[in-house]
Amino acid sequence: MMDIPMIAVDKVDENGINTLRYMPGKCVNCGRCSEVCPHGVFAAGEKRAVLAAPDRCMECGACQLNCPAGAIMVDSGVGCAAAMIKAALTGSKEVTCGPECCGR
Amino acid sequence: MDVMTATTGLTSSNRWDHVQARMGYRRMQHIVPPGLYCIGAPSKASPVFVSANYTLSFDSLRSNLQGMDALILVLDTKGVNVWCAAGKGTFGTDELISKIRSSGLAEKVDHRRLILPQLGAPGVAAHVVKKETGFTVEYGPVRARDIPDYMRMGKVTPEMRTVTFPLRDRAELVPVEIVQSLKYLLPAMVLLFLAGGTWSMMIAVAAVLGGTALFPLLLPYLPTRDFASKGMLLGIVLSLPFSYFHLLVTRSEWTGAAFTVALALMMAPVVGYLGLNFTGCTTYTSRTGVRKEIFRWMPVMVAMLVIGAVLMAVTISGEMGWF
Repeated sequence: MMDIPMIAVDKVDENGINTLRYMPGKCVNCGRCSEVCPHGVFAAGEKRAVLAAPDRCMECGACQLNCPAGAIMVDSGVGCAAAMIKAALTGSKEVTCGPECCGR
Repeated sequence: MDVMTATTGLTSSNRWDHVQARMGYRRMQHIVPPGLYCIGAPSKASPVFVSANYTLSFDSLRSNLQGMDALILVLDTKGVNVWCAAGKGTFGTDELISKIRSSGLAEKVDHRRLILPQLGAPGVAAHVVKKETGFTVEYGPVRARDIPDYMRMGKVTPEMRTVTFPLRDRAELVPVEIVQSLKYLLPAMVLLFLAGGTWSMMIAVAAVLGGTALFPLLLPYLPTRDFASKGMLLGIVLSLPFSYFHLLVTRSEWTGAAFTVALALMMAPVVGYLGLNFTGCTTYTSRTGVRKEIFRWMPVMVAMLVIGAVLMAVTISGEMGWF
């Protein structure tokens, strides 16, 4: 039997590259995060999900929304310069894909 | 709500619609009515797939269900594809719950399992859908073409879970990128033609086609990590043939050298800006990363453009013999 160390519930794994934060102590190991991530940021683990490649995170927010335990936090949004520049120029908060951006 | 019928074959009018969508023609009007569709002759045990009401999304799903009896629940995403609509929230938890209820899906099938495209996950909280409707959300593969393998194996492999951005996908974006640039390119071409003739006009064409066509195609091969710097390097390379031809015809050495520098300083930020704007079309950029890139490169690009324009004005004045 493998010995898996206990992790404090309030322990937060952060990285300096993006806004993804993972609290392994809250993980219930349902496997949803590794199922929904399009870039393999999370991997299935023995007792809890493993943050395998945080640098590949594109902040789509799928893991946070599908985590029933609230163990993942990410400031989700679209990595689109055109949308951000358009939002800055028009003074709107956030422009997303659709008729107001790209579509006409 | 009545169940509509869909086929797995694509007609020539479907394909013409896809060409128009790829060209950006009537961008928001490539829609199918939302609701429940049947493929083949579904029974109460048949699988239920969920899609967006954008023709490219719906058609890529149904064309990969050949020989299957299935139901497709089409959400109202206002003609936006699955991934973008999930980011907006229109391919979302509330819309899915509402369509499950309004379609009477619970009476149409006796299982409680929905297959969603994996890229719908940024909009859908699977556990909330389960709690509200009793339906379990299963995220299928990223690409619809992997559905036959997924149904056969009963699981999604890591390859099917991972988003890539191959040449084919990048090339598909080129026509719409060019079409969307025309509203800036055409006036620029007219102005430059009036100011400096055909060669000047071709510089604008090279810069804009460089940023909208060459940039996406060459993306993984361009050096540096940032999109803006990738584009700036491409812009400098694209300026060289024009500078070379200018050197051949110019009479003075200093204007030849000044023209070369000025043109590079002007073309680099134009292609760099178009490259930066391509971030939203890719499958991997994050908002944090793009924001950093905007703050890092926009001041540099504006400065280059201003210095380049001043230097170009001085060069042209020199060639006219104004000094």
